[in-house]
Amino acid sequence: MKFQGTVIKYGDNVDTDVIIPARHLNTIDVKELASHCMEDIDKDFHKKIKEGDIMVAGLNFGCGSSREHAPIAIKASGISLVIAKSFARIFYRNSINIGLAILECPEAAEAIENGHEVQADLDAGVITDLTTSKTFTTNPFPPFIQKMITNGGLVASIQKSDFC
Amino acid sequence: MAMTMTQKILAAKAGLSEVKAGQLILVDLDRVLGNDITSPVAIREFEKIGATKVYDKDKVTMVMDHFAPNKDIKAAAQCKMCRDFCNTHEVTHFYDVGRMGIEHALLPEKGLVVPGDAVIGADSHTCTYGALGAFSTGVGSTDMACGMATGKAWFKVPSAIKFVLKGKLNKYVSGKDVILHIIGKIGVDGALYRSMEFTGEGVAALSIYDRLTISNMAIEAGAKNGIFPVDEQTLAYVAEHSDRKPVVFEADADAEYDEVYEIDLGQIKSTVAFPHLPENTRTVDEAGEVVIDQVVIGSCTNGHYKDLAEAAEILKGRKIADHVRAIIIPATQDIYLKAIETGLVKIFIEAGCVVSTPTCGPCLGGHMGILAAGERAVATTNRNFVGRMGHVESEVYLASPAVAAASAIAGKIADPAKI
Repeated sequence: MKFQGTVIKYGDNVDTDVIIPARHLNTIDVKELASHCMEDIDKDFHKKIKEGDIMVAGLNFGCGSSREHAPIAIKASGISLVIAKSFARIFYRNSINIGLAILECPEAAEAIENGHEVQADLDAGVITDLTTSKTFTTNPFPPFIQKMITNGGLVASIQKSDFC
Repeated sequence: MAMTMTQKILAAKAGLSEVKAGQLILVDLDRVLGNDITSPVAIREFEKIGATKVYDKDKVTMVMDHFAPNKDIKAAAQCKMCRDFCNTHEVTHFYDVGRMGIEHALLPEKGLVVPGDAVIGADSHTCTYGALGAFSTGVGSTDMACGMATGKAWFKVPSAIKFVLKGKLNKYVSGKDVILHIIGKIGVDGALYRSMEFTGEGVAALSIYDRLTISNMAIEAGAKNGIFPVDEQTLAYVAEHSDRKPVVFEADADAEYDEVYEIDLGQIKSTVAFPHLPENTRTVDEAGEVVIDQVVIGSCTNGHYKDLAEAAEILKGRKIADHVRAIIIPATQDIYLKAIETGLVKIFIEAGCVVSTPTCGPCLGGHMGILAAGERAVATTNRNFVGRMGHVESEVYLASPAVAAASAIAGKIADPAKI
């Protein structure tokens, strides 16, 4: 899977309470969730994101609550890929399970700046900052997870009897 | 090959003689849990799978605790969706208002988790049951849906950090101070993807409730789970609460750990986590002048009877500061009733506190104690992120029930030993 988009960048320890505040968890409507995504640290996030934009963040992205509403809101906002120095573990598996593309690459997350144009190849684990022409490599997912992503997430894997 | 306690349980539940860190495995689940926030998404995914029944109606568990009693019409609709699903699938362990409690206090109390179990819950604090020697971890709604349909979940086998505990806690110091101290030491991603395994002679000096609080906040260090060895206290607790037979796993003596920390419980002081991360800890004597508007004593972290009793001991015969609102939330109906019968509720009300029905409510900024811009709360809850309890310009200071009670009286962060 390949992605290209403009970067919106955040710092370390972006938690799921700011990705989608709990006061909006009384709905499972993905559009409504997306309209409140990141609002507590970036009020205009929803207005400024274009389909395909790439989110870049620091350490421990998605820490805190297990709410799957967080990756769902990011994905429904139009973000195509999240690159971070590291991900909190529940957010990490939720993203894989719902089919939000993520890549863990500390070097890329450090070097890439807000507004840069970035290309990424998920299968190869290669990230290119088109603005600076720098390339970064990271470990691709293990085959088990790649298969799940190719299937379209955990639910699709079970539907295809390709899980257990 | 030598295995950690977590790895032993995972191997057994995956039907393997051994596992090693990094290995991807499929695990049989003894319990699949959800609440009124996460279950609706899981139900939607369950229906997408095309599943017609849950894998085991006695093992799927739903607790209406986050926005219940229903805080608004949307919350009511979400609880109704869970209720209808549990009726349709004849789910045995559906806990609604009046029978429910905060899920991670309720499940041990109802005997729904015993040592050796593998549990997933669509709630990050599902790691609480590690206190009972179970493998338990928080997941998302899709994992819950697939768990409900298949009884299985995929895991990457974690490596572990070992915490060797020695000594015993001083008066007014409790499990909350231990875990805040540890998170302050290793950071909010200090145990990322890994197990926290607690061991050492100090474990015996910790009550089950202190252990539940410590395991509960393992996620706040990024951990997959936080687990305690099974001892006489665990077995006595489980025998009192459950008919199920515990299965005791022990770490191999030569198991490998990424890191080992020695913690002297006798050296730990009352500790407060300042905004906006649980790792921003200071001992209470270094807190300075922090004037507060609200105190919350409750949550899955510190809503046990022991927690309320520790707060009541300090509040007895005193009044909270005029400018403070103190909200006490017993975590379950049984705890609530016991607090009434033993006079704790009288102590709280006479001190000027309000006592609420069980709910997660204010911990996640849901209801029952939301903060305005500029307001500060001392809370026995588990997170102090930006906007966690209300307005983005409000602040949450995490502390033990004893510190919270002392702070309510003083009107500012206070040391329970000095009040």
